[in-house]
Amino acid sequence: MLTVVILIILFPLAGAAVNGLFGHRLREASGYIGAAAVGLSCVLSLRVLLWVAGGGELNENVYTWIAAGSFKAAVGFQVDALSTIMIVTVTAISFLIHIYSFGYMRNDPGFARFFAYLNLFVFSMLVLVLANNYLLMFVGWEGVGLCSYLLIGFWYERKSASDAGKKAFIVNRIGDFGFLLGIFLMVSYLGTVQYTEVFAKAPLLLSTGVATAIALLLFVGACGKSAQFPLYVWLPDAMEGPTPVSSLIHAATMVTAGVYMVARSNVLYTLSPAAGTVVAWVGIATALLAATIALVNTDIKRVLAYSTVSQLGYMFVGVGVGAYTAGIFHLFTHAFFKGLMFLAAGSVMHAMQDELDMRKMGGLLGKMRVTGVTFWVGALAIAGIPPLAGFWSKDEILVSAYRSGNVAIWALGVAGAVLTAFYMFRLIFMTFHGQPRDRHLYEHAHESPYNMTAPLVSLALGSALVGFVGVPPGHGWIDAFLSDTAGAAHHPASGGLSGGMLVGISILAGLLGIGFAYRMHRAGRLGAASSNALHGLLVRKWYVDEIYHAVVVRPIHRLSQALARVLDAMVVDGIVNGLGLLVKGSGWVVTRFQSGNAPTYALWMVIGVVAVLYYVSGN
Amino acid sequence: MAVPVTYYLILSAMLFAIGVTGVLIRRNAIVIFMCIELMLNAVNLLFVTMARYMGSGSGQVFVFFVMAVSAAEVAVGLAIIIALYRNRQTLDVGEVNLLKW
Repeated sequence: MLTVVILIILFPLAGAAVNGLFGHRLREASGYIGAAAVGLSCVLSLRVLLWVAGGGELNENVYTWIAAGSFKAAVGFQVDALSTIMIVTVTAISFLIHIYSFGYMRNDPGFARFFAYLNLFVFSMLVLVLANNYLLMFVGWEGVGLCSYLLIGFWYERKSASDAGKKAFIVNRIGDFGFLLGIFLMVSYLGTVQYTEVFAKAPLLLSTGVATAIALLLFVGACGKSAQFPLYVWLPDAMEGPTPVSSLIHAATMVTAGVYMVARSNVLYTLSPAAGTVVAWVGIATALLAATIALVNTDIKRVLAYSTVSQLGYMFVGVGVGAYTAGIFHLFTHAFFKGLMFLAAGSVMHAMQDELDMRKMGGLLGKMRVTGVTFWVGALAIAGIPPLAGFWSKDEILVSAYRSGNVAIWALGVAGAVLTAFYMFRLIFMTFHGQPRDRHLYEHAHESPYNMTAPLVSLALGSALVGFVGVPPGHGWIDAFLSDTAGAAHHPASGGLSGGMLVGISILAGLLGIGFAYRMHRAGRLGAASSNALHGLLVRKWYVDEIYHAVVVRPIHRLSQALARVLDAMVVDGIVNGLGLLVKGSGWVVTRFQSGNAPTYALWMVIGVVAVLYYVSGN
Repeated sequence: MAVPVTYYLILSAMLFAIGVTGVLIRRNAIVIFMCIELMLNAVNLLFVTMARYMGSGSGQVFVFFVMAVSAAEVAVGLAIIIALYRNRQTLDVGEVNLLKW
């Protein structure tokens, strides 16, 4: 089985290598190679899923990567329920998105480059989830970060795109710094980075304080990668990349790496209830913050991006309150419906000549049946309407939050569910219903080709059906599957509301949001400008970017300028110029001896010999 | 009536010093050349003296080597001087500064 696992990882790498090296000659074929590589990985992943479901498990080192004293880090892979769920999600969604990209990227001059990056991303993501130690995970972690940067800035000739790429990279760097510090702490206290050893030793060797520090530092890394407050700012800007990238990397897979990591480290978070609480509160704060911004945004992809941030917040609520299975379950279902909605948004853009402003859309359902209907499925799923996938997973998170005693978080989560349903259906009504607002664009709109609609339909089926792996709530197939690795949280039913009532409230929240959106749609007030102060605040995204600019970016700019003037111009340049002058001066002195006059040379020789003789005889 | 070794040493040193001085202060290439020969012969004298004094033959053998080398050196050196004169029409080493950086 180890061979199969290694093959799963190597296929995308091979695809990336072939497309990267020979892409300019392959043209069309590069797409087939890319899709085939991921397709093969996907088939093998399903094979692994069957094996793991049958009780298989694997944790093997392939070779020792770093050996320093007693510290060892290996390149090794761990296949268990958690990593299997991840590889299946990643390869399946990737495969569909590769197919979609055939149509979407058809006429792009960077066709082969695109598939090379995409395959490299899949490779890195698989390394991240299959690694059996934190260090190798970090390799994958950085790999996906790099691919994210490359793909956000894919159209690098556009300044906004290359800026967004840099922003993503730099903000992620802050998170990665925390992650690295967490690994360092782990090494210094436990002397190992391998999951099994860390989790075996942690309860024995770590005080609560150290465990909290490690858990929080790891969470800083998760905040960066999974776009949580205060490091979420890069994700909305990442929408500058091609839409399949937004769908694959910035919705379905990469951004969920943080959730996976926290779930993987569940032993550490169990040791430190404080860290878990922080995770849950950061999650719910992010969920609400992003949802409120999504309420007023008019850029179709950015609404989805904020929605992703918000849904990631829910996942962190899940893992934060100890319901690791629920968090991973939501990750799994979210990958389907959010991947679907991004691809559908890409299909809309395709039809609308790359127009992103929803205020220029409307009435598209008539022209784009498949896109519209599949988008409806995705939106109903995210709004938490049964029996679609999002209902089961989001509800499991909310119920777990309630049962774990965090009633405040549960209440906020329900409020967030209302917002979610509202902004999603606001998007649907503005895009697919009502009167076309831009006649010209509308006339040219058309349904996308089959290689784009087929993935939409597949993902829509997934969004509708994958939720059933978690039925009945708390005791579904996925709960049993993940119970060993992700440690199901067992909270006693602590009185209060019954399970049925909690579910009812969730459904009501979703319907309320949809109803509100429908009323505003009927009244024609969706997308209308408002002079309301709160509305203005939301349009400016709570001024978070402005605050960061004033508090972080500007001072750093000033400091760098000051350093450039003082330290660089005087000290660094001084040393460099001084060295140059020293060499030049000493060279000048020495050249005085090189007169070209042989008798002078002879004289110096004699003086030298005499000096040496004097020295020798003196001793 | 043996002459003391010291005398030979002093004579040798004086000859060597004269040779060095000549090399340093004279400007005519041929004279400088002759001074170099003088230094070589001062050393030869020293070799013979010490060979005799130590009762060993090897010093005398070295003298033959030195004479052979100096003969070769003369051949090369005179050739250089002739070539120099043909190029520059002078033997004044002060005017020859081709070895400059």
